[in-house]
Order: sequence, then C-alpha cells, then structure tokens
Amino acid sequence: MSDVRSGTVPRVAAKARLEWDEVRQRHVLLYPEGLVALNATAAEVLRLCDGERAIAQILETLKQRYKSDQIDSEVAALLNALAAKGLVTYVR
Amino acid sequence: MLPKPLWLLAELTYRCPLQCPYCSNPVEFAGRRFRAELSTNEWQRVLREAKALGVLQLGLSGGEPTLRPDLEALVRTARGLGMYQTLVTSAYRLTRDRLAALKDAGLDHVQISIQAADADLSDRIAGATSYEDKLAAYRLAKELGFPLTVNVVLHRRNLHQVGALIRLAESIGAERIELANTQYYGWALHNRSALLPTREQIAVGWDVVQRERARLGNRLEIVWVLPDYYEEFPKPCMGGWGRAYMTVTPAGEVWPCQAAGSITTLEFANVREHSLEWIWNESDAFQRFRGDAWMREPCRSCARKTVDFGGCRCQAFLVAGDAALADPVCSLSPERGRIDQALQEAERPWTYRAAPPSRALAEGLSRTGSPGPRK
Repeated sequence: MSDVRSGTVPRVAAKARLEWDEVRQRHVLLYPEGLVALNATAAEVLRLCDGERAIAQILETLKQRYKSDQIDSEVAALLNALAAKGLVTYVR
Repeated sequence: MLPKPLWLLAELTYRCPLQCPYCSNPVEFAGRRFRAELSTNEWQRVLREAKALGVLQLGLSGGEPTLRPDLEALVRTARGLGMYQTLVTSAYRLTRDRLAALKDAGLDHVQISIQAADADLSDRIAGATSYEDKLAAYRLAKELGFPLTVNVVLHRRNLHQVGALIRLAESIGAERIELANTQYYGWALHNRSALLPTREQIAVGWDVVQRERARLGNRLEIVWVLPDYYEEFPKPCMGGWGRAYMTVTPAGEVWPCQAAGSITTLEFANVREHSLEWIWNESDAFQRFRGDAWMREPCRSCARKTVDFGGCRCQAFLVAGDAALADPVCSLSPERGRIDQALQEAERPWTYRAAPPSRALAEGLSRTGSPGPRK
C-alpha cells in the first residue's frame, strides 16, 4: 500500500452512496453533483469499506475470492483516488 | 445510439418567498402557461419514468420546493428508486422538524442559497428578510449530518464579498461553496444592466478564489462558475442539448435546460400528455439541437464543436435572435458585438463634475434639446 497502512479502516464517505445503475448495467458511486462509474470489483471493494474492517481484512477477503497478485496495488489505487475526491474517508 | 439522461431538475413550484433579481425562472412565471402545478401522483410517475430512462441525480428545486407539502413523499419515492437527491432551497422559514423529516425520507444533500455575506446586503438582494433563516438552516443541515453546499449567485453588487462568502462557508463547515457568476436568462437577462460586473470585479473575485483554494485544499470545495460573457469561448451548456440533462417545470413542460422555455420557436411537450421517454427520445424540442447536424458556420467546421457543442441555444435565441446560431459569447460568432456592447455599458465610468465635460454637455444640450447627458 502506498500511503495507507494495513491497519487503516476505510469507509465510503457519508455524502456518497453506492447504487446499481440498471439502465447502463454498472455500479456507480453517487455524490453531490456527480458520480463515479465502478466496475464490479471496485464496487465489491467499496461494499467492504464499512468503517469496521481494516484494509488488511478487506484484502484478505478479496484474496479468497480473486486470484490476482495485483489486488494490493489495485485496492490502494482505488482507495487513494476516491479519498482524494473525499468519497472515501479513513476512520483510523 | 440515443444518449440517456443522468440528471433531472424537478422544478416543483415557481412560488417563492424570495425575489432575487437574477432568478433563472421565466419572467412570465406568474402567467397562464405556468399555472396548474403537477400533483403528487404526477410527480411520482415522472420520477419513475426518469429512473427507467437512466436518471441517477435528482435536483429538487423551484421556486421554493419546500412550499410543496408533499416534498417528503416525493423524496421517499425518489429514494426508493435509488436516485441521489439534492434539495435546492432558500431555507426560508425552514424548521428543524421539516429538515429532519426530509432526512428521514431519504434526502441526500442540501444546497442553501445566500445572496451576500452580510444580512443587510443579502436581504436587500433577496427582497425578503431571509439571511438569519439561512444561517440557522446551515447549522441545522450540519447537525442533521447532511453534506452541505452554500450557493451564491455573483453579480455587480456582491462580487466584492467573494472572500467573506468563502470564509462564511468555511465557518459553518460546508463541504462546497458554489460561486456562480450570473448567467443571463430569465430575470437576470431582464436585469442585465443592473447586474453585469466589470472585468476588474471578475478578476479580483477570481484571484480570491485561487488564493482560498490554495489555503483550504480539501477542506472546502470552491466551485467557480465562469462568467461566460467574459470568456472567449462558450460554455458546454448542459454538456450538450438532450445529452444528459432535463428540467421538468412545475406545470409539466419538459425542457433540455432550465431556460429553454424562453425559446419561443420551440414547442415543449408536457408530461401530462406524453411519457418522459417519448419526450426525451422523440419530441421535436429534444431532437432539434441534439448532436451537431443542426449546426451552421462557424460551428459546423469548428474543432471545438465536440468541446462546447456550439454553446447555449437559449443565449443564441435570446441575444442573437435564432436558436440555431453559434452562442453569441463565442469570439468566432458574428454576433459577439452584442455581448461586447453590454460589457461596454457595464464598464462605462462616471463622469466627474468638471468644466470640460460640462462644456461638451452644454453644447450637446443646445444642439439636441435633450435633458439627459447621454447620446
């Protein structure tokens, strides 16, 4: 992980909401005056960002489901990008 | 393939306790065309149809949307559909109970206008004693856990307060402040000569915004809506006509933007007679300026046509007289002179009382017999 430690606990910011966009068949993160389109994996990551699980636990859960050596860096990139927009916050 | 709408602005009523002279509502809002507001059931049907078309972002606006007693019911419906909802309100007489009920119904985000940074100027611009209500509502919104946007329309009379407005938004813990330079439609166009700022005022305001962005970083998002009269190229209005956005007006007409009803050469379909799907996909008004087949020169061969879509159709109609022309704010438009003329009037300095201008005026007077100093 680049600038978040494995003990960090992320959560989707209170102002944002994860929804399924039926018309376009995709997950979206909605927030004031905007949205981010998410692929299925990104949506799954965000569902795990509940303000209770630490990043280490989230990664462990994901590794049970997906066989990829890049999960760590992919999750870090996603969370860093969303945190920069204030859409993910770190509880601690 | 036809684009699908993402945004719906539901203008629930044109009634409003405020009287802001730059309001984007039609100047004829009290006339026949705009009477007979949609019922709760009709709005709920509109919301369901909008979601089925692809709308994810809902703006609840007006007029003053909290004047509708069924606002909570509409919010509950939209939340059930999974839409993200923003209430755009003056917060006039808005109580804790009402805001809590809206939160409970599923409202996501609150946008509360303010007209200036101090009570005296804010109330004078609003034409109603409302400043203290707004400050109270900002606190309530934060206490109830809403993300909060402070929105301000900027013009000649309040641009000097940009710094104070940003500090106000910072002090109440808002997430965003929207500093929207007046766009000249509706009442703003009617009052344009009283509202247009000078180039100097805009430059000073923009300097303050840049400085404050550097100071505040992520703590407060500062949105600066460009004053398009002072730009070289037009704004990409609504991201293109009929591409992502629609407005449903209080009496059910559907427009591609908040001001489109002012284009009297178009006929707009009403949700009382047609489905939203038909209106979006098939109606003449939505098809007329979709894509770029309608464009003439200088837009047709312009590289920027995929960037700004020819600018704003309403401005082309209102200023240049034809909705199919280039937006007259574009420096490539042959009609740009009309915008420059309005800007020159905003820049016209006063004349000091002194003998040389007095002699010129005296000569002018004896020649024309006119009592006024101009012409």
